[in-house]
Amino acid sequence: MIHLAETEADLKIIANKLRTHVIEMTSAAGSGHPGGSLSSADLMAALYFRVMNHRPEEPDWEGRDRFVLSKGHVAPILYASLAEAGYFPVEELLTLRKINSRLQGHPVKGRLPGVEMSTGSLGQGLSMAAGMALAAKIDGKKHNVYCLLGDGELQSGMNWEAAMFSSHYKLNNLIAFVDRNSLQISGDTEDVVSIEPLAAKWKAFGWRVKTIDGHNIKKILSACAWAGKAKDRPTVLILKTIKGSGVSFMENNADFHGKSCNPEEMECAERELKEAMERCK
Amino acid sequence: MTKMLAQRDYYGKALRELAQRENVVVLDADLAGSTKTLEFYKACPERFVEVGIAEQNMIGIASGLAAEGKTVFASTFGVFASGRCWEQIRLGVAYPELNVKIVATHCGISVGEDGASHQALEDMSIMRSLPNMVVISPADAYMTYAATLAIADYDGPVYMRLGRSPVPVISEEEDIFEIGKARVLSEGSDVTLIGTGQLTHVCLKAAEELRKEGISAEVIDVSTIKPLDGKTILGSVGKTGCAVTAEEHSIIGGLGSAVAELLSEEYPAPLQRVGTRDMFGESGKPDELFVKYGLTSADIAEAARTSINKKR
Repeated sequence: MIHLAETEADLKIIANKLRTHVIEMTSAAGSGHPGGSLSSADLMAALYFRVMNHRPEEPDWEGRDRFVLSKGHVAPILYASLAEAGYFPVEELLTLRKINSRLQGHPVKGRLPGVEMSTGSLGQGLSMAAGMALAAKIDGKKHNVYCLLGDGELQSGMNWEAAMFSSHYKLNNLIAFVDRNSLQISGDTEDVVSIEPLAAKWKAFGWRVKTIDGHNIKKILSACAWAGKAKDRPTVLILKTIKGSGVSFMENNADFHGKSCNPEEMECAERELKEAMERCK
Repeated sequence: MTKMLAQRDYYGKALRELAQRENVVVLDADLAGSTKTLEFYKACPERFVEVGIAEQNMIGIASGLAAEGKTVFASTFGVFASGRCWEQIRLGVAYPELNVKIVATHCGISVGEDGASHQALEDMSIMRSLPNMVVISPADAYMTYAATLAIADYDGPVYMRLGRSPVPVISEEEDIFEIGKARVLSEGSDVTLIGTGQLTHVCLKAAEELRKEGISAEVIDVSTIKPLDGKTILGSVGKTGCAVTAEEHSIIGGLGSAVAELLSEEYPAPLQRVGTRDMFGESGKPDELFVKYGLTSADIAEAARTSINKKR
């Protein structure tokens, strides 16, 4: 059985532990996407250690809630969450991106326990999650399907096909998150191609929408509880986050979208995260 | 008088039968009346999903359904089914080896009057290049019916291409379809004519014409382009010493390429490829287009003579 975090402080500690894994594994790999991994760490801690119903010892358990990582490049935070939850040994995290590893650069269904879908080409995860949610409806099953989207990825039209579809088919068991860290490879999303007004767009597509602080565990938990009560519509939570969150020199720094820390940076990041965990105790 | 039946009608008929299987779900992108998935809807509306004009989303939905154990059929016209959502198929179907059957109708130049935008002549090529993907192009309506049932029983990704118009029936209604198995339809000793889709029938016609000249042609129906039945093809070419391929598709990347790859590696022999030649189609009647684009029995017979002349 998974060890559920008792308090919000516990979840914050887990989130920073996940962040530490992300820094270490991407540094060991010499590549990867730490920035967006860090911005979604608090959500992932809340999902895997409180919100989602799942059994790491029985990854294919039918009644589990499903999670689809549409922004597949932040595979490190997914792998760290799965390992900490007990899907596979934590030591294996350091094989990320290496030859013959189960931890591919982007998630692969069937390679690693707990990975529900192959992703990495942006824009596709919401459709896949909607298909899973539809299957649950057809079969009369009660679990939820969660999907984490990047904000830059919403420039891709397929998301909006999926958004239209999901409200049309009343997929109230589908819950999407947008990691609104505002940065994509080429800079601010609003400079690249604006995605705002984002909440209004989702609303217009027939979704329930809430915008919250994506680093506030308490708010994440209450928003997820609200999302779980949807009657006839899908729900999206727009999480206002900071890219690189938790490590001072990585915060709001687009350079760390797809670049790992060098040894000095890693040491500094680990120290900062350790101090943050101490403060939570 | 040759019986003429449309492949898509028999796809619909088979789907109707598959409606009895509880894990089968059928998706369509606003073309159910044309692709004949409407037949499934009539039998089982609760497991038919209309996705609207959104083929990329259709494949994503198919991936999600298949990940949950469904056998998914997703249909639209060939151009859209293979091209519009190719990368969605790559990531969400082929890579995770999910149980999705992409059945494309209105393939080939026989779409006719709608013109090049709607004539899929590259679909087998781009589907064949995807790892894990099975590519099927049945010869007639009865084979389409049998192939639909066969792919429903096969666990993995499949792309099946069908035409729009009625085509001559060359099989028996009770024939079964074996994935990956070519059929020798008539034996011969001078040249092997290898057809797929409705061009198999045209090969049979060409063989008749060649017989009048004293040329003995063997005709093989290759309805599975991938995996290719190398054994049957090599067995035949080993005997005749040369071959012709015929497809309602570009000569680049489809049946002709597959056979060329096989022969060059295993048994180098003269090969002529009948198909469209690195060009788009256009509007016109199917018969007129077949003449203009070189897909008639006379074209296949001429290719056979050329192939025979190149034997050393």
